[in-house]
Amino acid sequence: MADGHEGGGLVIKPMDQFTISPMFGGDSVGMFTITNATFWMFMAVVAIILMMVVGTRGRAVIPSRAQSIAEVFYGFVYNMVVDVAGRDAVKFFPYIMTLFLFIFFANFLGLIPLSFTTTSHIAVTAVLAMGVFITVTVVGFVKNGAGFLSLFWVSSAPLVLRPVLAVIEVISYFVRPVSHSIRLAGNMMAGHAVIKVFAGFAAVTAVAPLSIVAVTAIYGLEVLVSAIQAYVFTILTCVYLKDALHPHH
Amino acid sequence: MATESHSADAAASAPGMPQLDFSTFPNQIFWLVVTLVVIYFVLSRIALPRIGAVLAERAGTITNDLAAAEDLKLKAVAAEEAYNKALADARSAAQNIAAETKAKIQADLDKELAKADAEISARSAESEKAIAEIRNSAVESVKTVAKDTAKEIVAALGGSADAKSVTAAINARVKG
Repeated sequence: MADGHEGGGLVIKPMDQFTISPMFGGDSVGMFTITNATFWMFMAVVAIILMMVVGTRGRAVIPSRAQSIAEVFYGFVYNMVVDVAGRDAVKFFPYIMTLFLFIFFANFLGLIPLSFTTTSHIAVTAVLAMGVFITVTVVGFVKNGAGFLSLFWVSSAPLVLRPVLAVIEVISYFVRPVSHSIRLAGNMMAGHAVIKVFAGFAAVTAVAPLSIVAVTAIYGLEVLVSAIQAYVFTILTCVYLKDALHPHH
Repeated sequence: MATESHSADAAASAPGMPQLDFSTFPNQIFWLVVTLVVIYFVLSRIALPRIGAVLAERAGTITNDLAAAEDLKLKAVAAEEAYNKALADARSAAQNIAAETKAKIQADLDKELAKADAEISARSAESEKAIAEIRNSAVESVKTVAKDTAKEIVAALGGSADAKSVTAAINARVKG
């Protein structure tokens, strides 16, 4: 929490909440240390199992409430994959569902006060984005061979422009994982940092009511951002996958 | 920005953003991969096939129910047609029976009437005969009585009446 000193300077440490520290003692974070990040990833797994496995254990034709929620998620992502990437992308549906549910739950669990937002770390989102990038590239070359390169050759443009456009397309292709990962991490980090800054100002009596209102408002915005960023990450994955499966413009 | 140094934290050596503390990257990446693999297997082995099966089953049930409803509707229409046909048949049959009965009754009636007419005419003929007989016998009696009376009157007047002439005279009178 931020330390507010009445007389002295107001010290707000908005980035402290992102510090990764071991949960069970010890000072250093080794590769296999159970940290707060590990714990909240595990919580995401627990939440997903609760919703998708425990919630659907009835297998009812007329669903219970929990099963309805799981079915809504299933239908939402399934339709996204089919609509955006096409019917032949359905075999990637479990992978895309994994990404969506992990990001969704990591974002929302991070909104619990005093919890840790795993998706606010560039290490996490970069792995997710690189996974998508490598998958899409490999699938593109396996499915289309060298024909995948036609993705960079805009055949609808005038011939003179094509080499220029090809350079731009190649650059934009390799920028994809960067924008893909930084968009998510940046959104999550910025929102939580802003909340912490406003919360720090609550220590000053004069602006405390205003700061609490602001925290509430930003929190509401963050709830939206959590869902929207999970959606954006997933739909971009579908778009990239569509490029890999059908590279011709 | 967190510019203050932490006690003995590993993050203390990090710059302002813990996100750029590369010493935690192997840890995060390792556990993220573990997490994703676990989620992937839970979803692809258990959750997604289960939900997919439930959704397919529901779609099948709905399709079947709709088809059954369509079937039942057709059956209901057929049943209604059959009912209407049966009703029309029954109506025409009833009309036929009524007409037949009427005709039969009419025939019987005609027969009875004819019989009755015949009887009536026979009886009236008999009666006429009887009346004629009675009249004849009455005429005969009148003749006899007139003859006898005339004989007696003639005898009483002192004449001797010839029976033959009296009879002839009476006959002439009675005829006239």
